[in-house]
Amino acid sequence: MRRRIHPALVGFAALVFLFLLGPLVIILGASLSNTTYLAFPPEGLTLRWFENAFEISAFRRTMVTSFSLATLGTLLSLAIGIPAAYAMARYRWHLPRFLGNVFVLPVLVPEIVLGFALMKSVATGLDTPIYTTLLVGHALLVLPYCVRVVGASLAQFDFSVEEAAVSLGCPRWRAFFTVVLPNIRGGVIAAFVLAFITSLNDVSISIFLTGPGVSTLPIQLLAHMEQFFDPTIASVSVLLMFVTVVVMALVERTLGLTFLAR
Amino acid sequence: MTDRRLAWALATPALLLVALFLGLPILSTFGTTFTTDEGVFATYEAFFTSRFRRAVLWRTMEVALITTAISVVIGFVTAWVVARAPRNVKSLLIVAAVFPLLTGVVVRSFAWLVILGRNGILNGFLEGIGVIEEPLSMLYTQGAVIVAMVYLFVPLMILTLVGVLDSIPEDLTDAAASLGATPVATFRQVVLPMAVPGLIVGAVLVFTGSFTSYATPQLLGGERQMMMGTFLHQRAMVTFDWVGASTIAAIMVVVTLSTVYAMSRLAQRLNPVAG
Repeated sequence: MRRRIHPALVGFAALVFLFLLGPLVIILGASLSNTTYLAFPPEGLTLRWFENAFEISAFRRTMVTSFSLATLGTLLSLAIGIPAAYAMARYRWHLPRFLGNVFVLPVLVPEIVLGFALMKSVATGLDTPIYTTLLVGHALLVLPYCVRVVGASLAQFDFSVEEAAVSLGCPRWRAFFTVVLPNIRGGVIAAFVLAFITSLNDVSISIFLTGPGVSTLPIQLLAHMEQFFDPTIASVSVLLMFVTVVVMALVERTLGLTFLAR
Repeated sequence: MTDRRLAWALATPALLLVALFLGLPILSTFGTTFTTDEGVFATYEAFFTSRFRRAVLWRTMEVALITTAISVVIGFVTAWVVARAPRNVKSLLIVAAVFPLLTGVVVRSFAWLVILGRNGILNGFLEGIGVIEEPLSMLYTQGAVIVAMVYLFVPLMILTLVGVLDSIPEDLTDAAASLGATPVATFRQVVLPMAVPGLIVGAVLVFTGSFTSYATPQLLGGERQMMMGTFLHQRAMVTFDWVGASTIAAIMVVVTLSTVYAMSRLAQRLNPVAG
């Protein structure tokens, strides 16, 4: 038997979803408006603001930087996060328990503090190139997602399957790549997606680490907003939302959306 | 190689990343606040004796607490409706909550800039229907920051709570009802106690997230509504007062970590399963 929910609650929830999605619809509308100011509902339809977004070299450059940073940072983080998650799941008894907490430190420490500390000690202290510092910062930022999400996947994995492969003469490293990795594929994809999006949208770390010549898209957007207030910003925002849609479709295809409700 | 060695070898790269690029920089940042010429706690004394800096800290606390309170209420009611919705509607609603969450904070704050601005959509609408004659200045107020922060964090609260509320069997609330409990009593005595752990997790995420936020107060609060995040950035990058900035950083870390610690202790005590 299904109990009916009070209509007032349903109405309230409907308003909440309007509140959640309305502003994004407004951005979409404003990006299509054929006006030099942000208008909603749009007055006349045009795609020229999207063209404009690609014509402004600062946006073009930072788009490339942001995507390469998110991709490389996430891959780097997975490359060191997966072994760590594996070690903690497989050899739990040989490693101290606090190790799990160490790997989530990057989400516990406020991002803005981490950004400042990296700027002070690494970027300025060691005089590392801007892109390298950004890469390290982003890899660090997404490490908790990599370790935790892959770890959750590994917790479901029956290691006796791997044992079987090894006892039948398969080298350990090969057993990992041919037996373990295919079984935790879902977790790795999920970790990649979460980490990629987090890195792509990051402001608080990048704001300290970007410098002359190298910036990321969100930082460029912030800077642009302080000087101009035209629909170009809306169109770049829509492009970023489009990335989100692609990512969600990817999650839906590979893991199903139930994953998102955990 | 023994298992023990192998385990450490596999965990070491990740451990090094955290130790070298988080541990050392943060510790050195804290270190500089205690080693000024004026004395060990001089920078903290300066922080807490300055009316302006105290005001920034209290404003940040206030905004974070109000944001958390509003998000808990809105999130709880919405999550309840989502959790009890039919399957297909439910997954649609979850997508609708996840989508804003995956959209960047700059984009989401920008939306409120467009809505609340002087020539913004809300002013245009209110003028259009004749409620106001002069545009209201809503930007750069505490209200604007709070609205945008609630907007930022409600999806997180909804998603945290849907999972928890989903796990409360409907039989349980039906049983309470059939034993004569009013809906209010069922909510207070059955649903709420079971949802407490989720509520605490969600509240901690929202509080620490809004307490340490940067982009939203920067865009919607500006100089007038300086918060700890924007204050830290201003000290470090505009006035180049790195010791002052490190002091702000240390205070932020202490506040967030003690909140996380206290609330997780509270969650353990209130957990009905652990008794």
